[in-house]
Amino acid sequence: MSNPDIRLGVDIGGTFTDLALDVAGTLHTTKLLTTHAAPEQAILDGVAEVCAAAGITPGELGLVIHGTTLATNALIERKGAKTAFLTTAGFRDVIEIRTESRFDQYDLNIDLPPPLIPREDRHIVAGRIAASGRELQPLDEEAVGRFARDVRDAGFESVAVGLIHSYVNPSHETRAGEIIAAEAPGLSVSLSSQVSPQMREFERFNTVCANAFVKPLMASYLTRLVERLKEAGASCPVFLMHSGGGLISVEAAVAYPVRLLESGPAGGAIYAAHIAARHGLDRVLSFDMGGTTAKICLIENRTPRTARTFEVARTTRFAKGSGMPISIPVIEMVEIGAGGGSLARVDALRQVRVGPESAGSEPGPACYGLGGARPAVTDADLILGKLDAESFAGGDIPLFPANAIEALDDHIGKPLDLDATEAARAVAEIVDETMANAARAHAVESGKDLGSFTMIAFGGAAPLHAARLCDKLGIGACLVPPGAGVGSAIGFLRAPFGYETVRGAYAKLSTLTGVWLADILGALEAEARAVVAEGYRGEAEPVVERKAFMRYEGQGWEIPVALDDLALGHDAADALRAAFEAEYARLFGRPLDGLDIEVMNWSVRVASPPARIDPVGPVDRTDALAASGTRAVYDTGRQDWTRAGVVAREELAPGLSTQGPAVVQERETTTVLPTGRIVVALPDGTLRIERSAP
Amino acid sequence: MSIAHQIMWNRLIAVVEEQALTLVRTAFSPSVREAGDLSAGVFDAEGRMMAQAVTGTPGHVNAMAAAVSNFIDAIGRETIAEGDIYVTNDPWLGTGHLLDFTFVTPSFRKGRLVGFFACTAHVVDVGGRGFSPDAADVYEEGIYIPITRFAEAGAVDAKLLHILRANLRAPDMVIGDLHSLAACNATGHRRLMEMMDEFSLDDLTDLAGFIFERSREATLACLADLPPGRYANTMTVDGYGAPVTLAVALTVSAEGVHADFDGTSPVSPHGINVPLIYTEAYCGYGLKCALSPEIPNNHASLEPFTVSAPAGSILNAEHPAPVAVRHVLGHFLPDTVLGAVAQFLPNVAPAEGAGALWNIQLAARPLPGAQAAQGERLTSAEVLIFTSGGTGARPGKDGLSATAFPSGVMGMSIEALEQTGPVVFWRKELREGSGGAGQYRGGLGQTIEVQATEGHAFHFNAMFDRVDHPARGRAGGQYGAPGAVRLDDGTRLAAKGRQFVPPERRLVLELPGGGGFGSAEERSPEAQRRDMRRGYS
Repeated sequence: MSNPDIRLGVDIGGTFTDLALDVAGTLHTTKLLTTHAAPEQAILDGVAEVCAAAGITPGELGLVIHGTTLATNALIERKGAKTAFLTTAGFRDVIEIRTESRFDQYDLNIDLPPPLIPREDRHIVAGRIAASGRELQPLDEEAVGRFARDVRDAGFESVAVGLIHSYVNPSHETRAGEIIAAEAPGLSVSLSSQVSPQMREFERFNTVCANAFVKPLMASYLTRLVERLKEAGASCPVFLMHSGGGLISVEAAVAYPVRLLESGPAGGAIYAAHIAARHGLDRVLSFDMGGTTAKICLIENRTPRTARTFEVARTTRFAKGSGMPISIPVIEMVEIGAGGGSLARVDALRQVRVGPESAGSEPGPACYGLGGARPAVTDADLILGKLDAESFAGGDIPLFPANAIEALDDHIGKPLDLDATEAARAVAEIVDETMANAARAHAVESGKDLGSFTMIAFGGAAPLHAARLCDKLGIGACLVPPGAGVGSAIGFLRAPFGYETVRGAYAKLSTLTGVWLADILGALEAEARAVVAEGYRGEAEPVVERKAFMRYEGQGWEIPVALDDLALGHDAADALRAAFEAEYARLFGRPLDGLDIEVMNWSVRVASPPARIDPVGPVDRTDALAASGTRAVYDTGRQDWTRAGVVAREELAPGLSTQGPAVVQERETTTVLPTGRIVVALPDGTLRIERSAP
Repeated sequence: MSIAHQIMWNRLIAVVEEQALTLVRTAFSPSVREAGDLSAGVFDAEGRMMAQAVTGTPGHVNAMAAAVSNFIDAIGRETIAEGDIYVTNDPWLGTGHLLDFTFVTPSFRKGRLVGFFACTAHVVDVGGRGFSPDAADVYEEGIYIPITRFAEAGAVDAKLLHILRANLRAPDMVIGDLHSLAACNATGHRRLMEMMDEFSLDDLTDLAGFIFERSREATLACLADLPPGRYANTMTVDGYGAPVTLAVALTVSAEGVHADFDGTSPVSPHGINVPLIYTEAYCGYGLKCALSPEIPNNHASLEPFTVSAPAGSILNAEHPAPVAVRHVLGHFLPDTVLGAVAQFLPNVAPAEGAGALWNIQLAARPLPGAQAAQGERLTSAEVLIFTSGGTGARPGKDGLSATAFPSGVMGMSIEALEQTGPVVFWRKELREGSGGAGQYRGGLGQTIEVQATEGHAFHFNAMFDRVDHPARGRAGGQYGAPGAVRLDDGTRLAAKGRQFVPPERRLVLELPGGGGFGSAEERSPEAQRRDMRRGYS
């Protein structure tokens, strides 16, 4: 019988499908290759494997929590449903005109990303709502009916509707949705006022188009998955991880599949937040480095930061502006093309550049010996002694140093007149510097100083680079938690039933009233509570967090201001002003005088109360663990070879420590400890890297 | 060791990008926050630019590079002290008009001057006639701050702020922006000190040497294979009151490229004149896009590109000529120089495009005695939106529709705009058939229709070009469609100057398309079918 204490987290990534089974606190994990043709197959295989390992039957599963890159990949590869878009007359080209700008100022041959729905499939209808919500022109209902019949007859599967100012007054969109449903009942319909009721037409229209584009695909996949799990005996509820770091039902995911974008990285952030909570850390930089990208996220007070919009499917070198904007609540992070498989080259300035192009799993880095001729970060890590050729992936994947040397020589060493070590060092330093710059920029955008943060490193490549990254960022301590290789899947198990609603509703503080405000926030909260209630059955009241996105009149950038500690009665405007000014001063140094303040968007997040956290107590540092051997490891900070001790992670029992230079080896990764750092194992098996006393 | 130098070079670029970002987030001027009309850079102790942020106005490239040495000369090197901050909005020493304020802050380490940070941003108001071509001289355009101390040894000059405040229509916003500029340099300084600590540096001499040597080598390598010679081009645009001819002759050699604008029209009585420093900037940008696009901007990578224009010509307007909307002609300089580049690099230079932005500046006011509609209020508002026509077709690719070039402007959300002013945009979509035909089609312009909301009417400041002189095609490509300014009842309006739109009428703007490239007969049948299907042609 289904047992609520047995829960399974499943993360489908581009290369691997990760499973983490939690049986009353004990984890069983596995990693399988993703089966792209039928993604549910790898899940079924994995379920059989972890259930067998845990000695349970699939019928005993109490809950399955799933996150997937399928929706993201469908957008990147533009492989979705045949989709038509219906919009306000005069605004047919909003998603094609984009921001009227070029993301690379110097490239005369720049290609801008084409619109998701081409012009011939974008249709217009008369009817106009004003910024105030007043109807300026009635909706041409006959034209909507004609549109529905035409696209149905032309074989379209899905329809997106995005009308101007529908976030203020959705009546035209709602009516259009009814007409389409009546005229063409088989069509999948997405309305922008439901998918993303935020101000700014380019972002909202893109979001509803993306939702419509992936909806049939995701609906069919999720339905199949639930059926196959049932056939295998697992009839427990299935919930989906969403981009904002919470869980939603399969039904909600089928209606708003755009919410599933970036759910894997969101799981990673939840994983790091959970580790932060267990270790009592209030300021954490989560650093997730895999094969293709590195993700960096700030986690304060054990909660990842969220944003209202992000960009997916960047077409050019991860450049800002080269993708499509999606306006849904999302865990805020920076993702850059820097992973173990990222390829290195020398550019026109004779500078070493790394990524974002990746060797992937085929052919992989040169040292895999699978035909890769260009040097990747992993090749540099091998030549610098950070990786051991014999024990990579527990010895399952042999590495060939000679291939790595040849690739580094041919592509970096010869053009720059460097030997292989210097070339490898350059590659490692550049990739570390690239990640450090991304982390710094992210901290600056958030108004944070990283000096007081602790890093949590996970993903296969992160522990190799974490200590050097800490040096560059001035970070004192770093944790490498157990299970780091399947961090996102574990994170799913820690995620709350949570949902965030965001709505555009313009107000100036000089005229805002408490009654109006209570209406807006009340409606948003009710909507979010309804979603949470689908999964959360606990007795304790859900947690509610409210935010306003505010700016001085005349500015273009809004800052999020938390409203939860404010008394929003009839003095609401004064309370909002004080909170905004405090936040503005914190970010930019000082508040400004004499200006009105405006609010563009509001958000409410409702989530199940945080699960009880098992705090990890302090550890009594007992002994230094003697290294089982040594090997030469290059220290990029000191610019010299060192003789590093080699330690097996499973031998580092709680309390034991080892002094750098050293490498701590485990199956999925290696933690590299330079001179001047010491690692100590904590009671939960986490490795804590610190500066050692001089 | 050069790897460490490379890392530090990348770090400097990251530092100045960070500086620029802070400004974008806090700026009040729409042209800063939406168009990135700002720049930020770090300089060595000699005042030579080591790194510059890539912002929305690449046209600032040389302008700021040259500015810091002007500051050193004006302030006097021996009096530069820790805690000082310098300021100017001198169009001839800064970035071309009074609306741009440049701040320079010396960077001291252990009591020694090691470098400078500089940043520039467009502010919303400088008094006078402001952002309009209608002033007769620069005195009429607003308050003029010569290079002076904004802060001395850490103390901000209260008298300066007092006088400024009294001269501005929006003192709170402008003073807010000035403090942001000062703070932005301070952030840069802090990051630089952290970097110098990390790499144990006492000064920037070696690093500057490395950056300049690499940049010079790489830039010269880009020029090495060009055929030496002299290549001339002229382009005529609408101007204000009378057409303006821009004439350029490029002298190309292995050492560099010189652009001489002899033959260009004389200075105009209206504020479309361009100070030489701004001519250098946009000319340098056009050349760099075509010849050395991947080399970061700094003293050495810009040095091989030089510019001259006869004194008193519209591209070397001298004090006190009016210069407030110098960007209109500035934006045409890349097309002008690319026309010359096309003669020796026919596979690089695109056809001409819409060029200058179509900035729509509206002043909406309630009608006397009017009632607002249900649920709305009567308000007065200034509304500014940046819009762009089509770019020229490229050798091998169509032009970009409704996309800014050379400006890096960002368009704005109509929904956000309608929230802040009493206007309704009835239409903003691609203008079918406006791209010049060719083997590769010019980018499409766009059509915009705007009306005041119930109870209001508006005036607008027209600063539009390419109405009488459309973008020319290249290599047999056709002209892009010319722009048009009218009312929805067909009444034609002027392309320059302040005009009224009655409450019941819509202002209709048809933005110019880009020129085509190559003969239209060579266009592939597949591309023709796509154009038909999508209604592009």
